Amino acid sequence: MPKTGQRVRKRAAKPRRRAEKKPAKVLAPLRPIPKPVVWKEGEAPRIGVFICHCGVNIGGVVNVPAVVEYAKTLPNVAYAEDNIYTCSEAGLASIKEAMKKHNLNRVIVASCTPRTHEPLFRSACQEAGLNKYLFEMANIREQCSWVHSHEPERATEKAKDIVRMAVARATWLQPQEEPEIDIKDSSLVIGAGIAGITAALSLADQGFKVYLVEKEPELGGNLRRLHKLYPTMQDASEILNPALEAVKAHKNIQLLTSTTITDVKGYVGNFQVSASKNDEKIGFEVGTIIVACGALNYRPPEGLYQYGVYDRIVTQLEMDQLLNKGAVENPERVVMIQCVGSRKGEIRAYELEAFTVSDTSRLLRKILKARKEEGWPYCSRICCMNAIKNAILIKEKSPKTDVIILYSDLRVYKEYEDLYSKARDLEVKFIKFIEEAGPEITQTPDKRLLVSVYDMLAGHEVKLTSDWVVLSTPLIPHKDSIILARTLKIPLSPDGFLMEAHLKLRPVDTQMDGIFLAGAATGPKDVPESIVSAKAAASRAAILMANKKMRTEAITAVVNPDLCRGCGRCEEVCEFKAIELVEVAPKVVNARVNEISCKGCGTCSVTCPTGAITMKHFGEKQVNAMVEAALAGS
Amino acid sequence: MGEAESEFEPLILAFCCNWCSYAGADLAGTARISYPPNIRIIRVMCSGMVHPALVMDALSKGIDGVLIAGCHPGDCHYTDGNLKTERRFEAMKVMMEDMGIETERLRLEWVSSGEGEKFARVVREMTEQLKKVGPNPFKPR
Repeated sequence: MPKTGQRVRKRAAKPRRRAEKKPAKVLAPLRPIPKPVVWKEGEAPRIGVFICHCGVNIGGVVNVPAVVEYAKTLPNVAYAEDNIYTCSEAGLASIKEAMKKHNLNRVIVASCTPRTHEPLFRSACQEAGLNKYLFEMANIREQCSWVHSHEPERATEKAKDIVRMAVARATWLQPQEEPEIDIKDSSLVIGAGIAGITAALSLADQGFKVYLVEKEPELGGNLRRLHKLYPTMQDASEILNPALEAVKAHKNIQLLTSTTITDVKGYVGNFQVSASKNDEKIGFEVGTIIVACGALNYRPPEGLYQYGVYDRIVTQLEMDQLLNKGAVENPERVVMIQCVGSRKGEIRAYELEAFTVSDTSRLLRKILKARKEEGWPYCSRICCMNAIKNAILIKEKSPKTDVIILYSDLRVYKEYEDLYSKARDLEVKFIKFIEEAGPEITQTPDKRLLVSVYDMLAGHEVKLTSDWVVLSTPLIPHKDSIILARTLKIPLSPDGFLMEAHLKLRPVDTQMDGIFLAGAATGPKDVPESIVSAKAAASRAAILMANKKMRTEAITAVVNPDLCRGCGRCEEVCEFKAIELVEVAPKVVNARVNEISCKGCGTCSVTCPTGAITMKHFGEKQVNAMVEAALAGS
Repeated sequence: MGEAESEFEPLILAFCCNWCSYAGADLAGTARISYPPNIRIIRVMCSGMVHPALVMDALSKGIDGVLIAGCHPGDCHYTDGNLKTERRFEAMKVMMEDMGIETERLRLEWVSSGEGEKFARVVREMTEQLKKVGPNPFKPR
């Protein structure tokens, strides 16, 4: 499912790339907001209440006419009516008509949840000239009629309470303006693996300036280290080399190798990036950021499955390279072990390389502690196919070699099932073991390796004398990516990867506007998946930059400079770098909110010891009024 | 009212975060999971927006119970607003003890947008519990 969304976006990015090489045009200009005519500063509130029957969904339980009569008695209510469906054309027209006729300057619709219908009613209000923040919803369907259908009388009383609370809140609502910001038409792509390169090329072909930053001296990331790719057994260089040449030759791409990002300031459309290239400081400004920092192939600690103790115990990545060099000469037997580092009970005995990031985030500390204790318990997605690929490569070169894959779970998803069938046809053997009792490795007197494992399906132990043991290790997050996540304020998943805004609905967005994720930065991905996600991320970034402008949410924090004493507690708790202390006059420091970075979570307003910070639209007055109104019913 | 008058019906105020718990309460509705109509929900953007003073104020004015509902740790729309609430929750309980209000009147719950059943269960449990605890002593008579 997450990939479906990515594929759609990838397709959206593609035709542009083929069709044109000239600067992008505005795709869809922002719809202009009609000028508010009804609202006048200081005018007394005149509230209109529209109570919806929603067919029988509300009307079948709640006595709607009684609620209408009750609403008319509430302070500041100038007009109240009921509608069969307020969200219908007729219902919306009725709201607009009543607004004109009764000179309303606040509108309340008591119907369903604002999570689904608020945008519709807000735009209806806007069309009639009312600022959309002067609209309020009272949820009497999901949170009243649908859950209290067995108690109609008490449901009606509750509906009255909910309407009273909404009226109290609406009395204190203020019109709000959504700040409009300019988006710079340049992008920063962090990481020049296949995902970063793909994203950079996609954006550059659409005419955007791209800074491609790579911390290593060479481009290519993990793909550079790979030899053959599953399922086509294509050479990795066949994919990588043309992309590298295109990147190096592209006039819109500025390549910055051996460069690390030291700081990112600003907000969507206007990021100020500081980086260090071979200890030389550089800075530039971009409108969007794509993080394609990838993942790292886990190297087991010494002693885990005797890795580093005996010769000829290697990881799959090392085996791929050995096969490339032709260093694996007709062995009698090769044993592969799956899920190394990902299973229960094997990690605790070894000191894992712990991340040492000095940080105050509790969540991050939790993640790091868990990784240290449990290893990497997620499925790394690529290892099963990777092992089968190497098994096939060995078998094709020397058919007499006995290749055995020891697994506790095999996951060869989508078309890769064919790869598994091919391995079966080539007589690669698969032995299932119990997760808790993994294989053990010792050395025979003639310096070969002896793998003993309990064959779960056969029900007895088998001893396998082997020339090579290959460990399938997972992809794990980079240490640097965790530091980068803190710099960019992107949350981490419990596995330590960068987290997307929504796994299914927004798979390449982050919770920070203007920052997108591509490739294995969000979790293990193979090459095709990385390319798909990179194109999706590029397309998301291109939409922003092609629009040139965007509007942000008006619900933000506001500082009262008279009350602020500049203690900086708000700056500390802000997860979005939206508050900073500024010297407003000599020796007078005040907190200042960046309205564009501020997401309106309100944590700062609670933290502020002097009560200098309030929230727009969810301020003390508005919420307090609701509490008071709730009490008035008891 | 007759017989019903003898039974005390507590009034519970719930602060539900916009992203998880409010959606969880909506889901309880969509799935028609019934719970007692004793709760009044106030939508806030984040549970981290709920000021302890607001809760104390509500309790001192006579609200029988307050429920603060937020996203599960790690799921917060604003990274870790809910974890900040968790710490404030402990402080709020101390304040309640000082004020002589039963700490059972305050509850903090993580309700995701997929947990309609949990939201209904929490409301049921809280209503039952508050019926046992009795009316808020601060309630004006």
